[in-house]
Amino acid sequence: MSALRQTPASASAVSFPRVLRSEWIKLRSLRSTTLTLAAGLAAMVGMAVMVGLIRNHQWATMSDLQRQSVSVSYDVHVGGRFLGQLLLGVAGVLVVTGEYATGMIRATLAAVPRRLPVLTAKLTLLTLVLGATTLAASFAAWFLGSAVMSAHWHASLSDPGVLRAVVGQAVVLTATALLGASLGFLLRNTAAAIATLFGIVLVLPIVGELWTAVAPYLPSNALESVALARPDPDALAPGAGLLLFAAFTAVVLAGGIWSLLRKDA
Amino acid sequence: MIDVTDLTKRYGDRLAVDALSFRVEPGRVTGFLGPNGAGKSTTMRMIVGLDAPTAGTARVDGRAYRDHRAPLREVGVLLEAHAIHPGRSARDHLRALAATHAIPHARVEQVIDLVGLRQVAGKRAGAFSLGMGQRLGIAAALLGDPGTVILDEPVNGLDPEGVLWVRTLLRGLAAEGRTIFLSSHLMSEMALTADHLIVVGRGRLIADLPVEELTRRAASDRVLVRTPDATTLRERLAGPGVAVASGARDELEVSGLTSAQIGTVARDHGLTLHELTPQRATLEEAFMELTRDAVEYEAVAA
Repeated sequence: MSALRQTPASASAVSFPRVLRSEWIKLRSLRSTTLTLAAGLAAMVGMAVMVGLIRNHQWATMSDLQRQSVSVSYDVHVGGRFLGQLLLGVAGVLVVTGEYATGMIRATLAAVPRRLPVLTAKLTLLTLVLGATTLAASFAAWFLGSAVMSAHWHASLSDPGVLRAVVGQAVVLTATALLGASLGFLLRNTAAAIATLFGIVLVLPIVGELWTAVAPYLPSNALESVALARPDPDALAPGAGLLLFAAFTAVVLAGGIWSLLRKDA
Repeated sequence: MIDVTDLTKRYGDRLAVDALSFRVEPGRVTGFLGPNGAGKSTTMRMIVGLDAPTAGTARVDGRAYRDHRAPLREVGVLLEAHAIHPGRSARDHLRALAATHAIPHARVEQVIDLVGLRQVAGKRAGAFSLGMGQRLGIAAALLGDPGTVILDEPVNGLDPEGVLWVRTLLRGLAAEGRTIFLSSHLMSEMALTADHLIVVGRGRLIADLPVEELTRRAASDRVLVRTPDATTLRERLAGPGVAVASGARDELEVSGLTSAQIGTVARDHGLTLHELTPQRATLEEAFMELTRDAVEYEAVAA
């Protein structure tokens, strides 16, 4: 009955590239995940254009001070970042919790009983796919946003900090998705993981505004430092901010690995 | 071959599986039978490494499941709760699993045909009926052409045609020398599909025996006789080792004699018989008898 009979089982051994390929098939075969990813990328570019159009429209009625503040701001193009961060973070959560919610995880782990390759493959895939697409979207947002505002505003990628901020925006989005996936492994529940992620990205910065001493050290604020063209004097340096966020994510991820390896599926 | 040794699973203060030991041999269908809550699913999940045992071991072909380098090529598993994402098509689901073992697309198409899902292979699994989902689960279990197949309640939700199909399929796989281990809480289904039975209740092994033996146990030596000459026949049948009980006015329940012997006695004495029926407990009754003390949830007569 089989096309496999001739192939020895040893030729079928589970390996990391094979698990990665399996995860790639899973990622692109689910409409919920692909739509969330596409929406996140579209939000980044769309918001940059929209913010530019609104500023153009308001230009005539702006005071000199307001005009000056806009013209020195490079953050026009990152207006979509928060929305993008939420959507891509959710996509990161879903890649993991979607499996727990449906029972698919049992099929996945029966195929890969060592389990850890599933986690590394999912994170690698998110890094590759989101790294590439958010970088493209970030540059698209920059160029389109600049083009829309070109009548009033002149900025170049070669201005100090700008290139780092444009690339940094892609880093922020990809890192947020990785945090989402890590929370997914830790909590195994879509609602809990999304609520926690939104708490970290949306609610903690509000706490920071009330308690300014801790503000720079909150994960989302620390991460945001890599996407600021003009460093905020109150924020951490971009490298330090990224490191702090990476350390925070690593702690969550360690919990996720523990949960994956030690708990029943 | 599956070897389970002193397998134990504890949830809090409840023992779901209690020092269970048994062996599932290749070349035959072994039924895993027990009332709901007896620990069948937990045992199967421990065999394939999804749940960690509190104590004891489960091995497939001499190795723990997780130590197989290409587990899907050795063991195929269908779990009771569907392990399928409803948003993905049947074909993509199978391709994703196949990719982990570099199993070719041709094999994916082959199992799709084998389970009869060709027409709906591109549709989202969420739109599948229970029976179609069950077929997809069986396709996934057979994907790696494994020597051992573990199925938890495979006929759940299948229509009669599907039930017959599963039965034929499993018997065929066993005939090819594979180890087939399937669970059910229905004795009647097992009687038709399995060669051997492992019966559990409250996580403990109750019986490990060929289906034939259970059938034999179910048979009794009682014979029901209906005759207008009950009193006379009763006297004529009396002898050492024979017990006769009276039922209704013209009924006798005889043990110690076969129906043939009773018929001969009746003819020799010119007695009329209206009915002569050997009494058999059904397999279902034999199974209930076996598991009587081990039923987890039982309705208490008011």
